[in-house]
Amino acid sequence: MSEAVIHDDHHDHDHKPTGIGRWLFSTNHKDIGTMYMVFALIMFFIGGAMALVIRAELFQPGLQYVDPQFFNSMTTVHALVMIFGAVMPAGVGLANWMIPIMIGAPDMAMPRMNNMSFWILPFAFTLLLSTFFMQGGAPAGGWTMYPPLVLQLGDALPFLIFAVHFLGVSSIMGAINIIATVFNMRAPGMTFMRLPLFVWTWIITAFLLIASMPVLAGAVTMLLTDAYFGTSFFNAAGGGDPVLFQHIFWFFGHPEVYILVLPSFGIISQIIPTFSRKPLFGYASMVYATAAIAFLSFFVWAHHMFTVGMPLTGELFFMYATMSIAVPTGVKIFNWMATMWRGSMTFETPMLFSIGVLFMFSIGGFTGVMMGITPVDFQYHDTYFIVAHFHYVLVPGIIYGIFAGVYYWLPKWTGNMYDEKLGKLHFWTSTISVNVLFFPMHFLGLAGMPRRIPDYNVQFTDWNQVASVGGFAFGLSQLILVWVVIKCVRGGEKATDQVWEGAHGLEWTLSSPPPFHSFTTPPQVTDATAHS
Amino acid sequence: MVKDAVNTAKLLFVFAIAMFGFGYALVPLYDVFCEVVGINGKTGQISESTAIAGEIDTNRLVTVEFDTNVNTALPWSFKAEQYKKQVHPGEIAEMMFVAHNTSDRAIVGRAVPSVAPAQASLFFNKTECFCFTEQVLEPGERKEMPVKFVVDAELPDKITMMTLSYTFFEVPEAERVETASKNRIIDNNKS
Repeated sequence: MSEAVIHDDHHDHDHKPTGIGRWLFSTNHKDIGTMYMVFALIMFFIGGAMALVIRAELFQPGLQYVDPQFFNSMTTVHALVMIFGAVMPAGVGLANWMIPIMIGAPDMAMPRMNNMSFWILPFAFTLLLSTFFMQGGAPAGGWTMYPPLVLQLGDALPFLIFAVHFLGVSSIMGAINIIATVFNMRAPGMTFMRLPLFVWTWIITAFLLIASMPVLAGAVTMLLTDAYFGTSFFNAAGGGDPVLFQHIFWFFGHPEVYILVLPSFGIISQIIPTFSRKPLFGYASMVYATAAIAFLSFFVWAHHMFTVGMPLTGELFFMYATMSIAVPTGVKIFNWMATMWRGSMTFETPMLFSIGVLFMFSIGGFTGVMMGITPVDFQYHDTYFIVAHFHYVLVPGIIYGIFAGVYYWLPKWTGNMYDEKLGKLHFWTSTISVNVLFFPMHFLGLAGMPRRIPDYNVQFTDWNQVASVGGFAFGLSQLILVWVVIKCVRGGEKATDQVWEGAHGLEWTLSSPPPFHSFTTPPQVTDATAHS
Repeated sequence: MVKDAVNTAKLLFVFAIAMFGFGYALVPLYDVFCEVVGINGKTGQISESTAIAGEIDTNRLVTVEFDTNVNTALPWSFKAEQYKKQVHPGEIAEMMFVAHNTSDRAIVGRAVPSVAPAQASLFFNKTECFCFTEQVLEPGERKEMPVKFVVDAELPDKITMMTLSYTFFEVPEAERVETASKNRIIDNNKS
């Protein structure tokens, strides 16, 4: 690809750039969205492979395949890769692809910044994953990076910290771009209360990112100066306090939970109305509930650290604040159920995954309420019960939402229908195996099995074996997804513009696949053509 | 449209940088918060004259236990003269602590205090403590260090026992200058 061709692209907008340059120098929201999605898929398999190492080691008590240090690296890096490498880029990728065509904009507001925020990611993960080949090994002190343990890390510490900085910069730039786009580039008539709910959840997610990622960057910078520049933020010898890190970390960490989940809530708010052939029940209340969840998420952080020895008043405050989040979340769950109520429902793959979110996110939500209760949290803290809880919200909650979105918009992206039979097979194998994988962890946790330990008491063997079988089945099931996507990209039954019978909104007025530059003349939006 | 978007983005960048600063602001806020509610062993420091002016409750006795620890990286031994002492709330009591440098190099140490239960720390004040400053011990040196403290007469009746715990840490080289100047400020305030 010569420079002349790139130069030409700027003048000739109908011409699509070709070769590697199309991707490296891309300023096109659709191409960048695609790169985000592919990157997330690769990271999903890398993180998944690490999870399978964990499940293989835990198949039997005693030490089998890996040494404990490596096991700890697996739990730590699995979390970092899945959160920052798979779920967040997948969310940003969907936002990139869909937000401009949902609001009738020609592209994102800052196309070059968009390119940069994607291309930082491969560098950040090269930094992080290269630590496996270093003296002292990869990070093994848990993804939460608590000092003083994390400071005992060898050469990997600065790599971990700078990787987190890069990831922070990338997601902050992505978030700023999304807000700048939605605030300034909506089509005429596309008022805020006519925005599709996916766009709304992303605006709120973007604000959460901008407010919380810099705090994490600050916390890891403090770790860096503590380790190498003689400061004592978290060093008791110098008058610091390690518990302070936990407070700063979770001030970021709890909003982060909603950064992960809100885009998925947005996706299923698009899908459920489509396949129920009814408008979304309580649109305005959905918007306000999302905003309320985001606002409250800044006042509940200490429920992650009830056992550090907080005063009773503090524990009570954080307990009640945590409980109160169940209210707006409940509003959303009931609104989705009311949307389906007496609808003409059909169960295509996106709908199946969305209903899966509804059921299984609720399971994770309920165990979350259990752990929000301070006195009982002392029993659950750092056991497999918490592992079961957050995997229920993250896997069949958030990742199912992303799957649903991928199936829902795949025909729009490629112009071809995906293989519905394979899609359904992917759903059912995943759903059965994910429950075999995570449900027994509740029992293990209640019986007292601690998390992040490569060995366990023999009494825990049976349920660990069940979970490991489920884990491998779930991992294999994801290969079906890859096959479906490849098959759909390569060909298949041509998709119509509307794709789904009940689909409404601007993205369905474009051709499938949409033109390289869409909405060069902004469409006029009215109540009738607005969100479904 | 593009100009508006750039302005929005600029505002958001400023917000992001402000939030980075907020992360750092949490550090002093945390200390202030702990001091106000008296948790985290952040016990109060009062002047001797204030302590004498206070009322003494001779009707009850409170047991104060003394717990001493040394960080494993520090080659010192460190003990209190007695393990516990009974005091009347409001009276000024004194306890002697002894530190001994068992290594063959001069070491600067700092003691980090903590009072349990947390509720009691609100009523525990010191007028003199070796933990206010850094301690320098020459090789083999043995040093006696007094602590003068007052348990406030307002102490709730249900608290009959409390523990004062110290952990000695070695002060890292890079820390020393900064702390020395801090101590000077404290000394100035006293005089």
